[in-house]
Amino acid sequence: MECVFGLVGDGFVIVVADTSAVNSILVHKTNEDKIMKLDSHKLVAASGESGDRVQFTEYIQKNVALYQFRNGIPLTTAAAANFTRGELATALRKNPYMVNILLAGYDKETGPSLYYIDYIATLHKVDKGAFGYGSYFCLSMMDRHYHSGMSVEKAVELVDKCIMEIRSRLVVAPPNFVIKIVDRDGAREYAWRESVKDTPVAQPEALEV
Amino acid sequence: MSRRYDSRTTIFSPEGRLYQVEYAMEAIGNAGSAIGILSKDGVVLVGEKKVTSKLLQTSTSTEKMYKIDDHVACAVAGIMSDANILINTARIQAQRYTFAYQEPMPVEQLVQSLCDTKQGYTQFGGLRPFGVSFLFAGWDKNYGFQLYMSDPSGNYAGWKAAAIGANNQAAQSMLKQDYKDEITREDAVQLALKVLSKTMDSTSLTSEKLELAEVFLSPSGNVKYQVCSPDTLSKLLVKYGVTQPAAETS
Repeated sequence: MECVFGLVGDGFVIVVADTSAVNSILVHKTNEDKIMKLDSHKLVAASGESGDRVQFTEYIQKNVALYQFRNGIPLTTAAAANFTRGELATALRKNPYMVNILLAGYDKETGPSLYYIDYIATLHKVDKGAFGYGSYFCLSMMDRHYHSGMSVEKAVELVDKCIMEIRSRLVVAPPNFVIKIVDRDGAREYAWRESVKDTPVAQPEALEV
Repeated sequence: MSRRYDSRTTIFSPEGRLYQVEYAMEAIGNAGSAIGILSKDGVVLVGEKKVTSKLLQTSTSTEKMYKIDDHVACAVAGIMSDANILINTARIQAQRYTFAYQEPMPVEQLVQSLCDTKQGYTQFGGLRPFGVSFLFAGWDKNYGFQLYMSDPSGNYAGWKAAAIGANNQAAQSMLKQDYKDEITREDAVQLALKVLSKTMDSTSLTSEKLELAEVFLSPSGNVKYQVCSPDTLSKLLVKYGVTQPAAETS
């Protein structure tokens, strides 16, 4: 089941998400990217009802882009997080979205930051955070091994420890994970941790031959 | 000729003009003037108070300067009752932004939102446009100190020094002559008072006829809006030689 977590290091934020698309007991695919690039220096890692997740994160992404077009200046990570929280909070009393979000970003003035936003519109600025069944394991791993000012290598090492723990202790562990980083140079995919691969689907033209 | 196109704000005359908007600008030309000057360490606003009667009690210390948010203030020229409506909407916009983003609203966005309202009344047929010009002084983290001027048509632009109200053209050309880049806030105050003293009708300036407000950064790095007290203003006027000391009569 779902595992989304992230932590702030020295000048960067690293976020990790499982890549399983699941319905009931069935796994539909294992390469679903749940970390969206919000703008050049922001990432949203989201878990929750998959329809809501895609709908809501795209809505936020488009609104952040609109702000930038209209005003010629990007939103800060803090502003984007507060905006996201506000949208969740207004939706909460009407047609709530079942999404939990880790919002990571890098700003020139404030450096790297990570925000924890859950489906009932809680907002926290955190150094490390996690959602889903995996959170039980990664939170304790991070409590034990996290320290401020970690290097990328140390952070990735900790991320791998967390993934290892999930794989070995969680009954319904997802097989694959994606790791993304945001720092002064922008947001980017860092690596995948895959234990199974979806069998490639035969292309139509291959069948014709 | 123009009569047929006067009655509606939303209709162009055959020459392509909107008479009501032009009349509104005309109305501002008779109002008490205000001058804004952008300096490297702050923005200065001075305004001319039209003293209507000695018996009048004013409830607030300022009648032309208004604080919109912690980091933005404005000076008004024109119909005050119209201005109050716009100032109220500006304050609401600023608070709405803070509510949504938990950050102060960038100055230009605030000016733009207000000018959108003004523009709306020149197109969507209110009875008349707002008869108000504003000078906005503010600070934000992206562009630092800023000064904007807006008119009843809903146009706005950023300025280094600007004047609105009576004699604004004379004031504007004096500012153009005497403004220097890298001017300090203190010099900006002096320049603003000098220009106003020359463009105002009255022979000698007194603190009752003037208002002075400044937006600057306090030593702790917070934006500060400060209105100059009448006493300090009187001293400044004497110091800069734009008025005679109170005892003398001229």
